[in-house]
Amino acid sequence: MVISSTPVVSLVGVSKFYGATKALTDVDFACFGGEIHAILGENGAGKSTLIKLIAGVIQPSEGKIEVDGQACKLASPAMAVSRGLVCMFQELSLVADLSVRENIMLGAPGTGLGWLNSAVIPRAKAILEQIDGGAIRMNRRVADLSLAERQQVEIAKALTRKPRLLILDESTSALNASVVEKVFALIRKERAQGVGVLFISHRFHEIEALADRVSIFRNGQHVETFDNGAYDYGAIISKMVGQRIDDIFPDKPPMNLQAEEILKLESYGWSNGFNNVSMVLRKGQITGLGGLDGQGQGDVLLGLFGLLKNTSGKVSIAGHSAHIKHPKRAKSPALSIALVPQDRKTEGLVLEQSIARNLELAALGVPGIDAADPSIYQPFLDALELKCDSLEQPISQLSGGNQQKVALTKWLALGPRCLLLADPTRGIDVKTKTQIYALLRRLADSGVAVLLLSTDFEELIHLCDETHIFYNAQVVSHLTGSEVTAENIIAASLNIKAAGEAHG
Amino acid sequence: MNNFKRWTPEIDVLVPYIATLLLILAGSLLYPQILGLGYLTQQLQIAAFLGLLALGATIVILLGHIDLSVPWVLGGAAIISTALVGSGSPILSMIAIPAALLFGALIGVVNGLGVAILRIPSMVWTLAVNSMLLGISVVLTGGFNPKGEASETMIALATNRIGGVPLAFLVWMLVTAGIVLLLKQTSFGRYLASVGYNEKATFLSGVSTPSVIIAAFVIAGVCSAMGGVLLAGYANQAYQSMGDPFLLPTIAAVVIGGTSILGGRGSLAGTIGGVLFITLLNSILSVMQISDAWRNIIFGVIIITMLLFQSLRRKGA
Amino acid sequence: MADIWRSNQREVIAVIVLLILLTLYFSTHPAGPTTYVMTIWANQCLILGLAAVAQFFAVIVRGIDLSVGAVMALTNCIASYLVIGSGLDMAGGIFVVLAVGVGCGLVNGMLVVFGRIAPIVVTLATGSLFLGLALLLRPTPGGQIDYDLADAMTLDVFGIPTALIVAVAVIVLFWLPLRRTGLGMGLYAVGSSEQAAFQSGISVATIRLAAFALGGFFAALAGLFFSFVTTTGDAGIGPNFTLNSIAAVVLGGVLLRGGVGTLTGALAGAFILKTIGALMFFSGLPPLSQPLIEGLILAAAIAIGGADVLRVKNRLEVFGR
Repeated sequence: MVISSTPVVSLVGVSKFYGATKALTDVDFACFGGEIHAILGENGAGKSTLIKLIAGVIQPSEGKIEVDGQACKLASPAMAVSRGLVCMFQELSLVADLSVRENIMLGAPGTGLGWLNSAVIPRAKAILEQIDGGAIRMNRRVADLSLAERQQVEIAKALTRKPRLLILDESTSALNASVVEKVFALIRKERAQGVGVLFISHRFHEIEALADRVSIFRNGQHVETFDNGAYDYGAIISKMVGQRIDDIFPDKPPMNLQAEEILKLESYGWSNGFNNVSMVLRKGQITGLGGLDGQGQGDVLLGLFGLLKNTSGKVSIAGHSAHIKHPKRAKSPALSIALVPQDRKTEGLVLEQSIARNLELAALGVPGIDAADPSIYQPFLDALELKCDSLEQPISQLSGGNQQKVALTKWLALGPRCLLLADPTRGIDVKTKTQIYALLRRLADSGVAVLLLSTDFEELIHLCDETHIFYNAQVVSHLTGSEVTAENIIAASLNIKAAGEAHG
Repeated sequence: MNNFKRWTPEIDVLVPYIATLLLILAGSLLYPQILGLGYLTQQLQIAAFLGLLALGATIVILLGHIDLSVPWVLGGAAIISTALVGSGSPILSMIAIPAALLFGALIGVVNGLGVAILRIPSMVWTLAVNSMLLGISVVLTGGFNPKGEASETMIALATNRIGGVPLAFLVWMLVTAGIVLLLKQTSFGRYLASVGYNEKATFLSGVSTPSVIIAAFVIAGVCSAMGGVLLAGYANQAYQSMGDPFLLPTIAAVVIGGTSILGGRGSLAGTIGGVLFITLLNSILSVMQISDAWRNIIFGVIIITMLLFQSLRRKGA
Repeated sequence: MADIWRSNQREVIAVIVLLILLTLYFSTHPAGPTTYVMTIWANQCLILGLAAVAQFFAVIVRGIDLSVGAVMALTNCIASYLVIGSGLDMAGGIFVVLAVGVGCGLVNGMLVVFGRIAPIVVTLATGSLFLGLALLLRPTPGGQIDYDLADAMTLDVFGIPTALIVAVAVIVLFWLPLRRTGLGMGLYAVGSSEQAAFQSGISVATIRLAAFALGGFFAALAGLFFSFVTTTGDAGIGPNFTLNSIAAVVLGGVLLRGGVGTLTGALAGAFILKTIGALMFFSGLPPLSQPLIEGLILAAAIAIGGADVLRVKNRLEVFGR
């Protein structure tokens, strides 16, 4: 390892305020060339603010940023890139209507308003080859790519900009384990050439595998920086949360295969997404949907909420055949299905409105429910410990985790008998996760059938009573009880027979 | 901080009213008769026509759309109502106003279907609907001013006064009150802003967003038709392209009233202020007998100034 | 190949429709496809075509320009004073005309970028302002354009209408090179996703200003070419061009939500619109029904363009169109 003597970037006494809200307070932080530096913290801890400051998206309210030991004003992302500070943002910075080629050339260093520089294309292709993205054609529109493919393009785009400091903000969240490993190999190669890497991820094992040093942030303050391996998992969690959390997942009650059937799918299919899906959701159970990204499991949730046309097969609810043709029909007391969609910012919430307005949007117009009565929401908000000034506060001012609590509560207030969740904990901090897990288990205990799509194996193993794994638009594996292990899930996700299963 | 935030929309609403007062004061320095009750109540009467149009336009703009078919919905309603009265049959003259309003509602449905079901941008679809209506009217009237006249009810609605207050103004206020009640008492009002901000999230909350969109366009169509009926009563006739001069002032009145053209944020109270301001500005400019050229220039500059003021103030807050 | 078709299908369809209409037009025209007929047709198409290009630059960055017609009127009135006299006088006059167009565009752009007002509202107000200025210059139609220059621009070169040559030149010498620059790509990036463009290191404000300035420039070109065709100045020409320029870009496959569409498409859309009108004139339909049929065709074209929504199988896909 070649660590540079002066940090590539250092923050000296930096604070960032949004009105009265302090996003970062008096932070000193440095990242050197030749190290992989992981940043850990709950949502709202100030990680994104830190990254936006270094990437030139926002400017500090107080303090200064130094590049190579010299004070430097990073007024725009273009300026940051010109100093070698390249960021892969969590909200991808690709332009959906342009082709992959155009996106890679867009804003490449030295382009400005003049001629585009096509010399970066061969280099981008070479990088894509190395991370299993060789099949992504340069002329494809980014809008037609899957989330995983977009992340691969984003990685290639960032690396073609000759970074001296590469910032990865949840950049591999949609990639499968084997691609992630290749991305890591690429990152290590960059490190060997003296590039500094700032790495943000909610997956601990990724940080354990990759980082040289780890910095922890909490409540907008820099808590501690230490060498990777200096503390164990539990100690790190306590530092992040400020208190010790013993159990992330609630206890699982014994499974009851005789419980009442709430929702039953028989040869459920949809021409564009999945076929021949059969499963039973039982009262009081949490059923998991797993698999790699985009294998059809997400579309099943959409179909059950009445968002897909021309589905085939049979859906029965509480023993009666049901035709769900519209979300309004799905939420009606007759069916009583709720969906918490994947993207809370554009699908789950109306960001411009207040918490109260968001809460009542689903309940309005449902017979037998008074949407204006705050007491129907309060028990859930209390259980999830929503942090806000008042319910009149604009929801855009809340952290991601708190926003997700509102997105959940607006549906729970309807008292659904079947709750569909599309990866509800993606990009959410540990503490909020435990609160959501506990609530889901309590809901199940009270008789709700929960269908949980998750990209996190831990959730499928420790939270779900049974799990269906999707591969190539079909359910390839139905795991129950002791069969739900990481090995079996990974094997099923890649559609290879696991050793354990072969014996059993 | 929070208290201040909650206050901002209400300041937005006050801006056009304050501007109107300033306009009256400034105008009265040059022409003292502007302060007279006769002049001011006459302005209220004239404002009612624009007011009804802007009322409907506000609903559609809150939704994040725009209705460019205002001119020929207005013109069509005027032609239908005067033609029915002009037929001489007492039954036909009785149904003149309901028929005109029904026509407005029908066009509203056509607009709404194109926008909500076919997902055509409202700016393009309502423009196309407007040009079809123009075409139909040319075919039916031969391109001449249609024959016909206004009924006594129409003339009364447009020109009578009750206790000195113009009836047209009362009609405008009554319709406004009805719509305010609708927005406050039903979930439609809540849905309107939510669709304006984020249609997808609203749809995913189990709301039939197409119904909301169609209903909003129907309200706008009926309001435009009502404006056409009153205007025909005022002029005692309908004439080709009588609606054209109203389109741009209608949109201007809505945005001066603080409603965001992007949807979601805004209020009917602000629109009323915007209508009063535009009506008065037009009237004072014509009292001053300045040329068409300067009227256009002053109109443009004042609207830009007011919008800049609002936008920069919001940025500061 | 499939990718290239996917990203250009709208323009290709527009051009095919145009060719079909054109064949119909020249085969029904009593005089046939003579140079004279073609020249008149091309002149009418190019005026709206340039206006549509002006609209295109506003629309591609997720804006709209309701002042296109007013800028045309203003530049037409200025041209009726300045584009006459010696060669040097006319060159100076043309420069002033185009500079005024760019200036109008910059005023729009600055109000949008620095004043943070929605483009539709800005251009609604500036449209009134520009129209007022045009009326100051020409309260009634009048003035004159140099006949020789006007003839040169509106007749033909070796049998090919000059207007067509101008249209092709705009595409080949201006548009195709522009697409290969950071500015051209930036237009799409800003229109498609302002956030992504900014984070990719694009100066969103510069791109927006440039887009509106280009829009003003092309509106001035449209006004100038209109002057060559009519050889007089008239402040009342605007309203039709504003609305038709919007219809034209939509017909040409440019999405009003920004980021999708090409200048070629916008030109094709304008040519389609004008050709429909010309077809109608010789079609033998009763003159009174022509506005209705034009309106119906416009509505049908737009509705057909939107009809694939009904085939969408995932109800969420209709949002964000």
